[in-house]
Amino acid sequence: MRNYFIGAAIAVASVGAALALGAIMLLALGANPIAGYQTMFSAAFGSAEGLAHTAVKAIPLMLVGVGICIAFRANVINIGGEGQMVVGGLFATSTALAIPGAPAVIMLPAILIAGMIGGAFWGAIPGALKAHYNVSEILSTIMLNIVAVQLMNFLLRGPLIDPGEIERGTRIPQTARLPESADLPMLSESLNLHSGILIALVAAILAWVLLWRTGIGFRLRSVGLNPAAARYAGMPVKRNIIIAMTLSGAMSGLAGAILVFGSESHRMVTDGSSMGFTGSAGFNGIVVALFGALHPLWTIPSSFLFGGMLVGAHSLQRVAQVPSALVIALNGLIVVFVVSTEWHRKRLQNKPPKVKDNADNAASIDGAQA
Amino acid sequence: MKKMSLKKLAIAAATAASLSVTAPSYADGMKVAIIAPSASNDLAFTQSIVDAVNTLKDEYKLEVAITDGTFIVDDAAAAIRSYAKEGYDVVIAHGSQYGGSLKEIAPDFPDTAFTWGTSADTFGLPNVSAYEAKSNQGGYVMGAMAGAMTKSNVIGVVGPIEVGDAKLYVDGFVDGAKANNADAQVNVNYIGSFGDVALSAEAGKAHIANGADVMSGTAQMVVGAVGAARSADVAWFGTQANQTKLGKKIVVASQVYKWEVVLRTIFDNAKAGKLGGDQHEITLENGGLVIEFNDKYPLDPAARAAGDAAIAGIIDGSIKLSH
Amino acid sequence: MSDILTTTVIVATIASGIRLATPFLLASLGEAIGQRSGVLNLGVDGVMLLGAFCSYYVVLETENIWLGVLTGIATGLIMGLFYAIITVPLRAEQGVSGIGIYLFGLGMSDLLFQKLVGTPLPIDQFEEWPVPVLSEIPIVGEMLFQHTPMVYIAFLLVPVVAFIINRTTFGLSVRAVGESPESADSLGVSVGKVRFATIMAGNSLAGLAGAALAIELGIFQQNLTNAMGFIAIALVYFGAWRAPGVMAGSLLFGMIGAIVLQAKTLGLIPRAWSDIAAMAPAIITILALIIVANRFRQPAALTKPYVRGD
Repeated sequence: MRNYFIGAAIAVASVGAALALGAIMLLALGANPIAGYQTMFSAAFGSAEGLAHTAVKAIPLMLVGVGICIAFRANVINIGGEGQMVVGGLFATSTALAIPGAPAVIMLPAILIAGMIGGAFWGAIPGALKAHYNVSEILSTIMLNIVAVQLMNFLLRGPLIDPGEIERGTRIPQTARLPESADLPMLSESLNLHSGILIALVAAILAWVLLWRTGIGFRLRSVGLNPAAARYAGMPVKRNIIIAMTLSGAMSGLAGAILVFGSESHRMVTDGSSMGFTGSAGFNGIVVALFGALHPLWTIPSSFLFGGMLVGAHSLQRVAQVPSALVIALNGLIVVFVVSTEWHRKRLQNKPPKVKDNADNAASIDGAQA
Repeated sequence: MKKMSLKKLAIAAATAASLSVTAPSYADGMKVAIIAPSASNDLAFTQSIVDAVNTLKDEYKLEVAITDGTFIVDDAAAAIRSYAKEGYDVVIAHGSQYGGSLKEIAPDFPDTAFTWGTSADTFGLPNVSAYEAKSNQGGYVMGAMAGAMTKSNVIGVVGPIEVGDAKLYVDGFVDGAKANNADAQVNVNYIGSFGDVALSAEAGKAHIANGADVMSGTAQMVVGAVGAARSADVAWFGTQANQTKLGKKIVVASQVYKWEVVLRTIFDNAKAGKLGGDQHEITLENGGLVIEFNDKYPLDPAARAAGDAAIAGIIDGSIKLSH
Repeated sequence: MSDILTTTVIVATIASGIRLATPFLLASLGEAIGQRSGVLNLGVDGVMLLGAFCSYYVVLETENIWLGVLTGIATGLIMGLFYAIITVPLRAEQGVSGIGIYLFGLGMSDLLFQKLVGTPLPIDQFEEWPVPVLSEIPIVGEMLFQHTPMVYIAFLLVPVVAFIINRTTFGLSVRAVGESPESADSLGVSVGKVRFATIMAGNSLAGLAGAALAIELGIFQQNLTNAMGFIAIALVYFGAWRAPGVMAGSLLFGMIGAIVLQAKTLGLIPRAWSDIAAMAPAIITILALIIVANRFRQPAALTKPYVRGD
């Protein structure tokens, strides 16, 4: 119990250290750090409206983060959240455009499932490449991020473009307004809060159930902890790698679908980059998952915290003319501080240090194949 | 019971807030918000609108708020909505990719004047106006000069994605060059991105390697291509803002957007209670498009004459443009 | 069609490919050094961005290109020190802390640019240094020997890095630490010191890559590298952790990019299909990874922090 307390204290202290560095940066930028943090906090959490906005920002972070939990627990490093979100968004968008007349009861499940399938497909590719060809998933996911962006640009400029854009000759790379039956139901019209947050919460809980209450989850975690032992116990290591990447991709794909159908414009738009669509949630989701100790349930508050930082950053930009890039830098620092203290935290908690079990991914396959 | 009254209170407060929005008193000036995709000082698209609003700041006693760098469309949408909620009188959504969001948001705030561009589409909404630049006019003028200047008869153009304002400018440029020099070959490369400076630089170098001795390009990533032109000493025609700063020795002229021409109308309309429903455009004729020459550039008089003739022809209507 | 593919066009395309390959080569050589000692750095892109901004800013203020280059290297060294502390004594998980470094570099370079400069003001660029005699050779001279100094530096570093890794005592220690830190330790090699050295050297090359990019372009903008650093990491695997392999990968990536760009410029690729063409480098890299991954094994201790047996 005491050890847990120390562990938690170190975690809080490392975030504190990152925030302290952020405060120095704010000072250097000529802003009062206390006022700055206060502005951020009250914008994100100080009003019903701010909270609703934070919740909307938390959705993709939570979903990607949950997917990261699944992958990392199986010792698969999924850096492909960006691409998986994009492909999920494209699958969901195409589905909605294909069945425009469908009523909401059919439409909504259809687009959400399509998004998951899209992301799962984009995640399964690197999973299979790792399992069967020993290609590091870190690299294949990075490459597939690039491919996904170009695929999005191609589809939104060509096959999926709003016919009106062709007629007017403006050719903005965006789809038509998607069918209204595909609008995610609003929880609060005045707060502009849609039901995507409920979907994300359900996904987080299901992921927890999957990882800790099912055989699949047990096998995934075993493979992640000690692949050689898992293999010795008769677990199919390769298949588990593919399953982990597929599930992880499905979560990101779902995030992509929600981004489209929960957006103000109710269409998919591209500015040519993945960031323009995802807001870098594919990367920030990793931060969220880590901060939530790779636990799907802890990912929930973690995603609210980081979603709040994004909301706060915008108001900081408006109020104190501090560029919102500050928050990206701060996120990076938080990751670094949290990860740097993790090993020591684990050691203090008298657990076997994670790094020792955390045998490298590709090496683990070597081991498995040996 | 208690819950109920709290809710009522909240509603009352909300109505009070919205009432204060419905009765703006323009005597004390106006509150104007700009939402734009790149940085306020990008020497291109975003800077053009920020400069214009700042020009009118004193005249209209404007209180200006800017949310720039909002390339994420949904972040822009959130900003548009929150400015409207906060009671800004005129909300400027400066990006053609914002239209889809604006169409959904504007009906929720019937007392706010929204304007957006570049586009001609007001979605049939009474509180949305649209503005665009006839950038093909300036494009044509630049193209005419480029056609007259080129010795290799190869001209290079670097564009972002083939849409909206960029497409209009490039199409005009190509037409102008062809009209003044039938032998000129105009190579156009849309690099597929608004942000990839390195790719835009290499596209510029590819043009130069193919013999281009005059180049142009549009959108914010074009700074890369200007750099390529600068190191190879190739003439450059700019657009959206005065780009002389980017290359004092190579920038011949820039088509500069003076959005204040249309913003005046939009602000005056808003004061008079007309919140939208109309389209505006800046042209060479109405002074919204201005060709600014770089005095330091030794421009061939014949090329200058071709440019002046194109300006005059477009204004008097003797030159018909395809858009 | 045939008169489009003139010698001039082919020469220009190859020269452009070499130019495009340069920042990738610098960054991936640096990453390869680190990985040979068992340290993965996913933060290359962030370090490149910081190196690019700092060198840009110094050149803008001093108008001295070489001071800018040194600043890029120095920025890399500082980031390297930072990363080494995180990953060696603090034993942070490398994949993830690299993402932290990336985000820090991405945000910080943008923040500094907006606050210190704002407007994309141009800076002096490298001038071409034609190599005496060699640059006179027809065709080949123009392709290979009429480049900016940074191109030569990058390609000359290939044999240098290969020599250091394969033929020096230090290189032996690096390989030992990357393959089996336990046995290296038992032989008296300080795993920590070796890794500090490789991480800092690798990051200084990433910083240099950023400087090379910014000064080549003569400009800085938010996210200037556009994920180049991530591709550089992939090229290390592609090149099987060997300097010549890394060079081959960088050249392949640069060449495909140049060919696509040239084909677009000449209108050989219909505009509607240009996005599909832009996928080519990434897809070819994945295919190449499949081939390479089965033939070569990564350093056995890669991504594993060294914990001396208790």
